[in-house]
Amino acid sequence: MTTFAELLLNGISMGAVYALIALGFVIIFKASEVVNFAHASLLLAGGFLVAELHPSIGFWPALLAGVAGAALLGCLVEFLVIRRSKAASHSVLAIVTIGVDIILVTELTRQIGTDVMAMGDPWRDKVLHLGPVSIAQTRVVALLIAGVLITAFLLAFKYTGWGVAMRASAEDGETAALMGVRLGRVSLGAWAVAGALAAVAALFLAVFPTPGLDRTTGVIALKAFPAAILGGLDSTTGALAGGLIVGVTEALMTGYQSEMAFLGRGIGDVAPYLVMIIILLVRPAGLLGTRELTRV
Amino acid sequence: MINADDPLVPGSGLRIRNLRVGYGPVQALRGVSLEAPSGSVVAVLGANGAGKSTLLRAVSGTLRFHRGAVTAGEIEYAGRPLSRLSAAAVVARGVTQVPEGRRVFTRMTVAENLRAGALGGRGRKETAAARRRVLELFPVLAERAGQRAGLLSGGEQQMLAIGRALMARPSVLLLDEPTLGLAPLMAARIADTVREINAQGTTVLLVEQNAAMALSLASHAYVLEVGEVVMSGPADELAASDEVRRRYLGEIDPAEDTDEATGAPADRTVLTRWSA
Repeated sequence: MTTFAELLLNGISMGAVYALIALGFVIIFKASEVVNFAHASLLLAGGFLVAELHPSIGFWPALLAGVAGAALLGCLVEFLVIRRSKAASHSVLAIVTIGVDIILVTELTRQIGTDVMAMGDPWRDKVLHLGPVSIAQTRVVALLIAGVLITAFLLAFKYTGWGVAMRASAEDGETAALMGVRLGRVSLGAWAVAGALAAVAALFLAVFPTPGLDRTTGVIALKAFPAAILGGLDSTTGALAGGLIVGVTEALMTGYQSEMAFLGRGIGDVAPYLVMIIILLVRPAGLLGTRELTRV
Repeated sequence: MINADDPLVPGSGLRIRNLRVGYGPVQALRGVSLEAPSGSVVAVLGANGAGKSTLLRAVSGTLRFHRGAVTAGEIEYAGRPLSRLSAAAVVARGVTQVPEGRRVFTRMTVAENLRAGALGGRGRKETAAARRRVLELFPVLAERAGQRAGLLSGGEQQMLAIGRALMARPSVLLLDEPTLGLAPLMAARIADTVREINAQGTTVLLVEQNAAMALSLASHAYVLEVGEVVMSGPADELAASDEVRRRYLGEIDPAEDTDEATGAPADRTVLTRWSA
């Protein structure tokens, strides 16, 4: 039971981090109608900035710089690549983002080399004991910060003018433009927010118990992809649900691996994709993907 | 915000001169000139494909969504050109459109739709005043404020679409077929509303296939055919002209009658379901 509680808590915490990444996917998809395969490189860039800067300027300023840097990089990709190729179809644009990803990751890999970079976080390897349950402090912080960010995001999405503009242009861009919404600005904002969230996620993917940030950290962002898809690529709450499902599934499957030895090792890494495929077979639009609510 | 209450200054309204619009190689408008003086209601009549919606898209700056572009001519409002502006900038100048087919944001609530209409504007006070005016005009929108717009009836959606456009406090309102697909009673209500909006000082450019309704509202009308203005003049004169009566007011020769008849019954079945 203790193991289960520990695994579940860890899973939820990782799930919250995946949800941060998945939210980024979703809002970019909603605002620019692009499936952004360059998300992994935004994440890696944000994490790299934090790791690179913290020895000289301290952890919190470095985190801020990482978040700002990833947001800026997101804006640059939108402004220099996505916006310029407005004429291309959306599937072509998705492939373009793969190209962007390869370019960015190649450069970052060159910078990082074979290093495993420490993030310089104040939580280090401390472990929190809640009765019999032990959990890394970083995981608790990750859950709290991700929770706060996700709540703030969802509230802003629901209640602010920015949120209304985002939803309006996601539903019908032309009509939103007729209402005076500047679509370019909405799209730029989405990329910036997605980059910022990815940088925060990068931090928590690279702290204890992970040894640190290395050139493969970005690959973990790919796990957030099934999270976004199974939640419904155009649903923000779906991204949240998807993130948690992926996090918990992964944690439980990894934790009980020895009891399921017949499945072989590494089932935890595969499980999120299996879940995604099963859910998509039952609900093609994802758990909370759009079902039109119209009376005809 | 642009002040809607300018008195009738000559040349202060919406003015379109020799406008040509193409969608790639296809010419949709071929030298259209039109004027909607400040404070007037002007109607544009024409069949499907005559270029009516294209005309409004050109004014609102949304041609690029349809891969179209203005190739020649001028669009001016209050003496300043609109032709090169983005859609958002046109709204900021005080020219707002209610698009064809209503196009309310179905996944958002009625209140959120109204809020979306104010996104191009500035200032909480102005927005609050605009909302009051809209809810006075359409009390049903206040009752349905928390409901998803997709669940409204067709007529309610049209009211929402007009209300949403009014949230930007436009001085010129462009209406694209506001009565299309509505039951006659609802169409008459929409017509009354348009009259009231105009009485409160907003210039209205009305694009319609329902010529009888449009001509009863407008002071001046233009007839578009295949991208060209083929007739124009005071609305009552046009309503009296033989050609308009024959082609647009339902006093039709048999050949065109069958044409009309095939479209109409389909519309009506939809309507009974909507009003149920």
